[in-house]
Amino acid sequence: MTTVAAESPRARIGLASRAWSFAKRHALTVYAFLAVGYLMLPIAVVILFSFNAPKGRFNYVWQGFTLDYWINWDSVRGIREAVITSIEVGLLATVVATALGTLIALAIVRHEFVGRSGTNLLIFLPMATPEIVLGASLLTLFLNTTAVFQLGFWTIFIAHVMFIVSFIVVTVKARLIGFDRHLEEAAMDLGANELTTFRKVTLPLIAPAMLAAALLGFALSIDDFVITYLNAGGTQTFPVFVWGAARVSVPPQVNVVASAIFIVAITLALGNVIWQYRGAKRTQGVT
Amino acid sequence: MSSFFHRHPRLTPYLLLAPGIAWLAVFFLVPLAFLGYQSLQSGIYPNFEFTWEFSNFTDAFSDYRAQFYRSFLYAGLATIACLLLAYPLVYWIAFRSGPWRNLFLLFIVAPFFVTYLVRTLAWLNILASQGPVVGFLRDIHVLGPNEGLLYSTFAVISGITYNFFPFMALPLYVSLEQIDPRLLEAAKDLYASSTQAFLRVTLPLSAPGIVAGTLLTFIPAAGDFINAALLGTPKQTMIGNVIQAKFLESLDYPAAASLSFILMGTILVALLVYARLVGSERLTG
Repeated sequence: MTTVAAESPRARIGLASRAWSFAKRHALTVYAFLAVGYLMLPIAVVILFSFNAPKGRFNYVWQGFTLDYWINWDSVRGIREAVITSIEVGLLATVVATALGTLIALAIVRHEFVGRSGTNLLIFLPMATPEIVLGASLLTLFLNTTAVFQLGFWTIFIAHVMFIVSFIVVTVKARLIGFDRHLEEAAMDLGANELTTFRKVTLPLIAPAMLAAALLGFALSIDDFVITYLNAGGTQTFPVFVWGAARVSVPPQVNVVASAIFIVAITLALGNVIWQYRGAKRTQGVT
Repeated sequence: MSSFFHRHPRLTPYLLLAPGIAWLAVFFLVPLAFLGYQSLQSGIYPNFEFTWEFSNFTDAFSDYRAQFYRSFLYAGLATIACLLLAYPLVYWIAFRSGPWRNLFLLFIVAPFFVTYLVRTLAWLNILASQGPVVGFLRDIHVLGPNEGLLYSTFAVISGITYNFFPFMALPLYVSLEQIDPRLLEAAKDLYASSTQAFLRVTLPLSAPGIVAGTLLTFIPAAGDFINAALLGTPKQTMIGNVIQAKFLESLDYPAAASLSFILMGTILVALLVYARLVGSERLTG
């Protein structure tokens, strides 16, 4: 009798708190899906309006479906050149920045040296400086040394390598920290010299990190507007082209190019997620 | 070559560093010196002279105080909005999303895959007066029949919030993901309610993510000019718009340079104060 009387309110509290935590858990799930919807909304709009057939100059209101702009994506003057410039700068800057950044990461993780904290600071500062200041200061350098630098393709390239390097260092460094040095020692014990060890052991092991860093670098480069715009002179990358177009009216071809870039990027990223997922499953199977 | 490394092991790190550090020195540090040099010049384009013109700084500040104030206000509000919007989402991903975790992380970074300018322009479609959002808000009388959302402070801050959301969400995720679930179990075993467990365990442990996310959002947001240019009117002009226009349109390089310097200086001071408050280890990793 007494036990029942003592237990029933507690059971009720248990039920209430379970109901409460149930509601709370689902509220959070509902919120998560809403938030994802918020993040996806502009992307959906960009893709949707690449299929729009606008009446008049403005592509703001949905008028009707067409594939015309996907077929004639380069029928707007300058867009083709701008896209090609973006890709060229992106590839070139990514290759150079990945090489420079990986070497810095190797030095920081592997070696004790004087000036280490200064180096860390120099890597950190460009990431902590607003883009407009990075772009503006570089522009003052170029404006005051016109004998050496003329604004254009190469100044964009220089700027991109400069702001990408730090991100490469951070990405590769994160991977190197968990790296088993015994593998390299083993290679050396077996008679390989430093270069062979680096080529046959170190490089293959850090290659995935370098690839991830390079993809990030390319994404940063192809997306950059502020630094590029300040240092481009008359040269147009895709974002600079969009800026010019936005002052008058944005043709649907801009949505087409942006959608195409998005689709390529998301495919690569999804591939990576699936690859990781399968890798995780495999290692789970082993242990 | 390898025998060289053998004989001079102490030189190896410097050789590895040299090319990258040289690039950063020449194209990041030296330009900052040039920016300082330019900011103390006087004259009219293209004839500038270095005259220790400190009045550039006082003029820049007094002429554009409103824009500076607005930049930090908008960046601050957008940072808070990002934190409030991102925290529950990232919490859910870290603790509740199960096997779909990586997919949801991909959703967070997906906006980065759409060109910055284009995804900002998409908000023109979404918030357009003829669009469904404004139509709905007019129907439920939140907005009057002639009121809209675009070209307003609200539109600019929303744009900044959306554009820098991943910078907040990713570091937050990293810090939440590292929390050992056993700590939460321990808190429960010690009779903490889930609210108490959140406030006394989860929240403090995610502090590094909050710190990093706040900085990564606030700094670029304060220098941004794209959202103000595309989604706002001259009444929403931020300091980035002024710097950009002075460099490329009115060709007033000294004023533009001094404005850039003030912006960077203010952010560095804020960064140092923040570092003091939270410990510098958390900032540079």
